[in-house]
Amino acid sequence: MITLGHMLTLSAILFALSVAGIFINRRNVLLLLMCIELLLLSANFNFVAFARYLGQLDGQVFVFFILTVAAAESAIGLAILVVLFRERRSINVEDLNTLRG
Amino acid sequence: MLVTLLFYGFATILVAAGIGVITARNPVHAALSLVLCFCTSAVIWLLIEAEFLAIVLVLVYVGAVMVLFLFVVMMLDIKVEELRRGFTRHAWLGWIVTVTVIAEIVGVLVQRRLGLDVTRGAAPLPAGYSNATELGTILFTRYAYAIEIAAMLLLVAIIAAISLTLRQRRGLKTQDISAQVAVRASDRLRMVKMKSGGTQS
Repeated sequence: MITLGHMLTLSAILFALSVAGIFINRRNVLLLLMCIELLLLSANFNFVAFARYLGQLDGQVFVFFILTVAAAESAIGLAILVVLFRERRSINVEDLNTLRG
Repeated sequence: MLVTLLFYGFATILVAAGIGVITARNPVHAALSLVLCFCTSAVIWLLIEAEFLAIVLVLVYVGAVMVLFLFVVMMLDIKVEELRRGFTRHAWLGWIVTVTVIAEIVGVLVQRRLGLDVTRGAAPLPAGYSNATELGTILFTRYAYAIEIAAMLLLVAIIAAISLTLRQRRGLKTQDISAQVAVRASDRLRMVKMKSGGTQS
């Protein structure tokens, strides 16, 4: 039997892995976006688990909206990334220092 | 028992694929590991009976978002070595954060003060229960306005993505449709009144 603890532990491991990924891949915008997708997935795990174990569907509705927002976010993020690469010929985070003044 | 074994198997694959995402040298390998992550997550969601969201995860994420990621990875000419230069310098910080976060969350979980009897598992669903039907009912009644806002958000995302990546290149010989449609006969054709030369006989 899968308990709530199983699901929450798995989601905690995934969350921590993606946070570590954000620390490790600090230069590459593309990998940062992928780590954010993984982070949202681990949050969705929590929502699905609580929706199931509390017997309410509202958590699953929330996952639905999170998926929507994440799809919009990655579409716009990748569009910005393509424009950035066209301008700078690089996707290194450290090259993005125009606003530093 | 079988369900638990399946859960452990797929959870192992999921964590391994997650490690693959954050440590892969090649962005294509990272994207493919992320695809594996989403597929195994969908299976785990099936195991805890969230069928509709499992299918949506495969369709939307693997089918659309990750394909978009792969397109962008392959379209951009990324020099991987330059981006990986600081990898080992910050890796220890990343792993410290990982272990701390896992320890904190698991430490909360082992207290078992969530107000739920987590040892017994979820209540069994009645026969003939349809996850998609129930979710659709609640989505289009209680969350009807929210789903319209979500639809509007997707529209905004489409327009933003297209307008960001659309570019007019200078110096190309292309058709100007509006100018072609707006042209009048007098712009192209000059009517000249001439005297006739008469008959040659």
